[in-house]
Amino acid sequence: MLLRGSAGDDGAKLNRDQSSYVRAVGRAVITGFQQWGSAFILLGRIVLSLRHLPRQFEQVVLQMMAMGVHSLPVVVFSAVFTGMVAAVQAAYQMQGLVPSIWLGTGICRAILTELGPVLTALVVAGRVGSGIAAELGTMKVTEQIDALETMAVDPVEHLVMPRFVAGAVMSPVLTIFANFIALIGGWLVAVLSVGITTQVYLDGLRFHFHTRDLMGGIIKSIFFGVIIATSGCFHGFAAEGGAAGVGRAATKAVVAAAVMILIFDYIVSAWIFR
Amino acid sequence: MIQIQGLNKSFNGKKVLDGVDLEVRTGETMVIIGTSGCGKSVLLRHIIGLMRPDRGSVSVDGTELNRIGKRDLYQLRKRFGMLFQGSALFDSLSVEDNVALGLRQHTALTREEIGEKVESKLGMVGMAGSGKLMPAELSGGMKKRVGLARALSMDPEYVLYDEPTTGLDPISADRINDLMAGLQEKLRITSVVVTHDMVSAGRVADRIAMLHQGRIIFCGTPQEIKKSPDERIQRFIRGEAD
Repeated sequence: MLLRGSAGDDGAKLNRDQSSYVRAVGRAVITGFQQWGSAFILLGRIVLSLRHLPRQFEQVVLQMMAMGVHSLPVVVFSAVFTGMVAAVQAAYQMQGLVPSIWLGTGICRAILTELGPVLTALVVAGRVGSGIAAELGTMKVTEQIDALETMAVDPVEHLVMPRFVAGAVMSPVLTIFANFIALIGGWLVAVLSVGITTQVYLDGLRFHFHTRDLMGGIIKSIFFGVIIATSGCFHGFAAEGGAAGVGRAATKAVVAAAVMILIFDYIVSAWIFR
Repeated sequence: MIQIQGLNKSFNGKKVLDGVDLEVRTGETMVIIGTSGCGKSVLLRHIIGLMRPDRGSVSVDGTELNRIGKRDLYQLRKRFGMLFQGSALFDSLSVEDNVALGLRQHTALTREEIGEKVESKLGMVGMAGSGKLMPAELSGGMKKRVGLARALSMDPEYVLYDEPTTGLDPISADRINDLMAGLQEKLRITSVVVTHDMVSAGRVADRIAMLHQGRIIFCGTPQEIKKSPDERIQRFIRGEAD
């Protein structure tokens, strides 16, 4: 009796575990769809609000300063080391296989197509994406967003659209800077450590240079800028529950932006560099 | 006139408003009282369309908020000002930019005209000359006054006050009460004040409505509420727990 009772209890527990597991998965799927739906709705509202761009021009300029100009030091710093690492890696990979004139070519293509746009975007996502989410999240939990609403000021037009435009414009600008600085970093390593001359490095850069590589990287960076701004705004607007909620929103904004940057890196690369 | 009919609102299955009926007449100050968490602020947020009811309706001068689109809702909101419980000043903007924001967005006034108007509104709330300060430099009472100046910036027909004296010392609270009463006397704005501060309610109210368990259980003048035989109201007035 006791044994039978115990087996029955185990079966009921298993059923309960299974159904709670199914419920949890179902809830996660629904939440995922809701999040994606809300993100697309936000994106749609941003696009619609672009018609009011002239009215928000001052805000756009302010955001360009915050996202672009103020990000320059960290972008430059990371770009120097990106170029240096690219040179070390390229020299190591080519050792005994490829003539050193190709070193500049390898570094150039790696930086323009991949390292420049992607690493710049990841650095900017960390700095700007989290900042946007924290700022808008704080505004949300302190009723500042509601205050805008009560003043008949559309928060998407006033807060999100300027950040969206600033992201789309300043991300490629930062990427161009980063590319240039990274090439200088690569040159430093090539000349000082690998031991090739400046002329050989420059010849390598020119050799096989395709405008498509440069433009491909810049097109990617536009997508990345939009992703960073939209993720920051979306998670900032969704913040709830005080300081902890704002912290969670900032973390989510960076993680989501980083993942989306890598996904879109593949999609845009597969589209452009076929 | 604001008309609220059969307003219902629930959060996660918990009913907060359970068929609220209330009428706020043009030019009067209606004070809504009730214990903390009874749904007063939720009711106020429905009046300005920040929340949508599950059932029932809110109408402003015959326009039902539920039945209008975003553009019309924004047009309607231009006739409102709202003072938030935590003031909700934009902390990245100076005091004058806070007060000027609505004017810059919705009017064709010149920079000078906006500056004059901002200064006049700040003067109205006793904050003249503080336009360059940032919200972080202000005390709680000063923030409320700037919030009030911002609420009045567009010369609204309706002003909503969400717990205007909560968190203030008695002197600052008294100053806010004076301001509300003074503005009411001068401008004859229709006001809805949500509070659990009976001193404040007594000072500014033309009529007082009490919200209890999601319903309005009393609506009348300050004199009438004092005479109400309802024990729940008397306990609230005396500040006694159940």
